Amino acid sequence: MTAVEAPVEAPPVVRREPRRWQGPAAFAAVALLALVVAPLLLEPFRLGLLAKYLCYAIVALGIGLAWGQGGMLTLGQGVFFGLGGYAMGMYLKLHDAGGDLPDFMVWSGVEKLPALWTPFGNPVFALAMAVAVPVVVALLLGALVFRQRVRGAYFAILTQALAAALVILLVGQQGLTGGTNGLTNFFDFFGQDLAADETQRGLYLTVAVVLGVLYLGARQLVRSRFGRLLLAVRDGEDRVRFLGYNPATVKTLTFAVSAGMAGIAGALFVPVVGIISPALLGVVPSLELVVGVAVGGRFALAGAILGAVVMGYARTYFSEELPAAWLYLQGALFVLVMTLAPRGIAGLAAGLVRRRREAGT
Amino acid sequence: MEGVLNQLPIGLSIGAVLLLIALGLTFTFGQMGVINMAHGEFIMAGAYTAFLLQSVGFLVALPAAFVVAGLMGLVLERTLIRRFYGRPLDTLLLTWGVSLMLQQLARDLFGAPNVQVVSPAWLRGGLGILPYNRLFIMALAVLSVLAIWAYMHRTGQGRRMRAVMQNRRLAATSGIDTGRVDQRTFFIGSGLAGVAGVALTLIGPVGPTLGTYYIVDAFLVVVAGGLGQLRGAVLAAIGLGLLNSYAEFWSDASLAKVIVFVAIIGFLQIRPQGLFFVRSRALT
Repeated sequence: MTAVEAPVEAPPVVRREPRRWQGPAAFAAVALLALVVAPLLLEPFRLGLLAKYLCYAIVALGIGLAWGQGGMLTLGQGVFFGLGGYAMGMYLKLHDAGGDLPDFMVWSGVEKLPALWTPFGNPVFALAMAVAVPVVVALLLGALVFRQRVRGAYFAILTQALAAALVILLVGQQGLTGGTNGLTNFFDFFGQDLAADETQRGLYLTVAVVLGVLYLGARQLVRSRFGRLLLAVRDGEDRVRFLGYNPATVKTLTFAVSAGMAGIAGALFVPVVGIISPALLGVVPSLELVVGVAVGGRFALAGAILGAVVMGYARTYFSEELPAAWLYLQGALFVLVMTLAPRGIAGLAAGLVRRRREAGT
Repeated sequence: MEGVLNQLPIGLSIGAVLLLIALGLTFTFGQMGVINMAHGEFIMAGAYTAFLLQSVGFLVALPAAFVVAGLMGLVLERTLIRRFYGRPLDTLLLTWGVSLMLQQLARDLFGAPNVQVVSPAWLRGGLGILPYNRLFIMALAVLSVLAIWAYMHRTGQGRRMRAVMQNRRLAATSGIDTGRVDQRTFFIGSGLAGVAGVALTLIGPVGPTLGTYYIVDAFLVVVAGGLGQLRGAVLAAIGLGLLNSYAEFWSDASLAKVIVFVAIIGFLQIRPQGLFFVRSRALT
C-alpha cells in the first residue's frame, strides 16, 4: 500500500506508578452494581435486556482483544457468536422435543433426526462444541490467513465475507437450521422453566459472572508477556518478526481466544433471549458490535464492554421512541465518533483524567 | 448440458456487474487506502436514478447515474474521507455509518418495498441462450474497462493517477496535486458504481439495501485481483461471477457462498497479494 500510514495512535504503553487500590475498587463497585443492585432494582423485563447486552459485551471483549490490542479488525464475530448460539440452541431444541423431532423439522418435512444433530442431545457435548467449534474455525482461518501475511483491511473483508456466507448457508438449510426463523421456542433449561422470572434472574447472574471472569482473564492476558508481544505485533509486525517471534502464531491464538469468547456469548444468549437466527449474526450485527467497541474505546477492554452496553441501551431506547430516526442516529454516531473521538468514550475519559492531573500538579 | 451453458451468461453478467463495482473500490483502496462501505449505496443511487428516469429513457439514465453517484462520492470524499487517509480500518467503519444513513434516506424517499424498473423493449428477448439484457451488461462492462484503460494510460490525468497510486509522496514531490487526483478517482469510481446500479435494474428489483448484496463480493474481487490492478479486477470479477453461478448450479444456492469463500482462502495461499501486484521492498 502506498498511502501514508498514519493509524490512530494507540495510547503509549507506559509503566505507570501502580495505584493498587483504584482498579480493583472500580471493578468491585461495578460488580456490586451488576450482581446486587441491578437484580434488586430492575424489573424482570429490563433485567433480561441487560443480560442480553452483557452477552454482547462478552463478544465486545473479544473484539477489544483482537482489534484494540492485536490490531485485527474482525467483522465476522457474529459467525462465532452464531456457532456458539446454534450449538446451545440445538441442545435445547432436542431437550424440549424429548426424543421426538424438533418442531421446525417436522414443519419442513424432515423425517429422521440428521446425524449432525444427534450428539447435541448431550448438554456437555453441546456446551463444549459452543466453544470448540468457534475456536477451531478461528484457528483454521487465522492460520491460513495470517501465515500468508494477509492482514489489515484484507483480513477485515475476509471475515465479513465469512459472515455473509454463513448467513446464506443457515437460511438455505431450512431442515437442518430452521432457516430464517432460526431456532426458537425453548421451554426448559436444565430443569428450569425458561419463562420464569427466577430462571431469567439466574441466567442474568450467570452472564454477569462469566463476563467478569472473562474480563479478568483478558486483562491478565494483556498484561502478560504474551500481551506485550501482541501489542508489539499490532504496532510493528515486521519488527517483531525480525526479532525472531512468529506474529502469525500470536495473532492466530488471539483471534481464537476472541472467537471462543463470542461462542460462549452465543451459548448464553440463546437461553436469555430465547432465539438464535441468521439475522442475529450476519454482516450487520457483526459490524454493530465492532462499532460498539469503537464507541466505548477500542484500546481499553473495559471500554469495549461499556460500548456494547451503551449501544444496546441506545438501540432499545431509540427504536422504542424514535424508530425512524434510529438508523440516522446510529449512522451519525459512527461518523462523529470516528471523526472526533477515535479512541471512544474510554479515550475521552482518559484525556480528562490526564488533563486534570496535569492541571493539579 | 444445456443447463451448464445457460449458466454462462448469468455468471458472466454477474461478473460484469461485480467488475463495474469493484473498479471503483480497487482504485480508492489502492490509491487512497480507503475502504468505502458506502460504495454499495452508490449502486443503489444509480439504480434509483434509473427508476426516476425510466420515462425519459434508459440510455439517459446511464450518464445520469454516473454523475449522481459520482457527485455523491465526491461529496463524501471532500467532507469526511479526506480526513481519514492512511487509516483504512477507520474509513471502513466511518463509511458504514454513512451507508446506514443513505439506506434510511432511500427508505424515506422511495419507500421500503422494492420497486421495479421496466426494461426497455429493445432489451427483451435474446440470441439463443444469450438474453439481450445480460449481453448489454457485459457490453457495458467491456466499454467501461476500455474507457478506464484509455483514461489511465492515454491521458495526463490518468498518468498522474497512476503516479499517485504507485508512490503518493514522490508524486506530490514531483508537483502533482494529489488531493485533486484523489477527487477525480473518487468521482469516477463512484460513478461506475452508479452505472452498475443501472445495469442491475435490468436483472432485478431495486430496494434500499440493493448495495449490500453486492458490496461483499465486490470487495472479494479487490482482494483476489490485487490492489488498484485493472487486469486483476477484470480477471477476478469474471472468475468470481462464474464461480458463483456454477457453484449455485452444481451444489445448492446456500452452499455457493461458502464454496466461494473457501476458494478465495485457498487462492490466497498461492497468491496472498492477489493476482497482480506492484512488487516493492517496502514493509507493509
